[in-house]
Order: sequence, then structure tokens, then C-alpha cells
Amino acid sequence: MKRIQVQYFAVLREQAGCSEEKIETPADTPAALYQELCRRHGFTLPAGGLKVAINDDFAAWDAPLEDGGRVVFIPPFAGG
Amino acid sequence: MFRISSTSLNPGALRRELRDSRTGGYVSFEGRVRNRTAGREVCLLEYEVYRELAEKEGARIIAEARRKFAIFSAACVHRRGRLKIGDIAVWAGVTAEHRGAAFAACSYIIDETKKRVPIWKKEHYATGSSEWISQPAPGKTHKPVSKRKS
Repeated sequence: MKRIQVQYFAVLREQAGCSEEKIETPADTPAALYQELCRRHGFTLPAGGLKVAINDDFAAWDAPLEDGGRVVFIPPFAGG
Repeated sequence: MFRISSTSLNPGALRRELRDSRTGGYVSFEGRVRNRTAGREVCLLEYEVYRELAEKEGARIIAEARRKFAIFSAACVHRRGRLKIGDIAVWAGVTAEHRGAAFAACSYIIDETKKRVPIWKKEHYATGSSEWISQPAPGKTHKPVSKRKS
């Protein structure tokens, strides 16, 4: 099991009911972690529409998750 | 320079940060909160920012602009928090020897910022409802991420 800090923004923050949480997970990739969190929080956004960041940089959905890492799932955005 | 600001933007002060005696052309862009979007009356906008990544990606965009265009300096500042109609949500400024490069670089910076910097916008409507807005496909108007009342 890995300890991962997950941070939420915008619609995911509202659906999770918190802006961050520490979780213990067997997930090896952000893709697996997002599936787990969808079951836990009932997220409605499909992973295909999101981006993911690990330790504050964009990452691939199949990048390895490491113990103590920080993950952010990034819903569609629109600055400006 | 790219940064996120929790307080109102002052274009005069931001312009002074770019002062350079070699400058022959200065171009800036102010993105403001407008009172209507897709026919709906907007009364308030809320910007939420993933600050660590936003400032990193924003710095990359500024560095790209400096490589791609013959400019002297470039900067962009984006607001976070709750904004009223008419408030400046984003400011970009560029100085160059000639106007062509300044216009092109300013346009590049604001376009890339909207596409790549993780900043979310929630529109609050006069009807009392609100929606998170996502980047539209080219030629389309903004669309809601998911509908919800608040």
C-alpha cells in the first residue's frame, strides 16, 4: 500500500466534499487511483476528460505512483 | 513573469514593471468579467487555481514567448477568488522594439494561458444557479462542465 496525498479542485472538490485527503491505496498508476476514487466519491467526470499531475507537474495516466506522492486530477478548465 | 493574484490587478503598475528604454512597442491585454455569457446574465465569477502548477506552466509560456518572438519582456497575471462584473481577470503585457512581435507575443501568451494553465471559472448567474466552465472547442461557446445548483 502507498500513502498518497490527493488534492481536488473545482467540480471534483465539490463532489469529493474536501479539497485534499491522504489515502492508502494499492493503485500503481493515476488511472487506477482515479477509478478507486470514483467508487469512493461518485465522481461523474470520465478520466478521458481530465489531466493528471504528480508532484505538481503534468504526468501520464500510466506513470508510476510512489509512496508519499502528491496527485491532482485536473478537471476541464477555462482561465481568462 | 507569471503570477497568480488574490487582489485586484493594476495595469498601470504592471506596465511600469516592463519599462525598458529600448521599447518601441508595448501591447497589453486585459480580460474582464462581462455581464452576459451565452445569453445568460452573469453576476459574479469565481476563479479557483492550482497555484503550484499554474505558476510553473505560466512561466513556461512566458519563456516560450520570449524564444518565439523578438520581444524584450513579457508578463502575465491571473486573478483567483471572486470577481465582479468589470473586474480584470487576467492581464498580459509585452514590450518589443516593434509592434508586430509585441502583438503576436501578447496574443500567444493569453491563448496558451487559457489552454494550458489550470485555472477554473465558475459562473454565478442572476437566476441563482452556477456552473463550472470548461475551455470551448474552437469556434464553440463555453460549455458547462456539469450542471449544478448552488
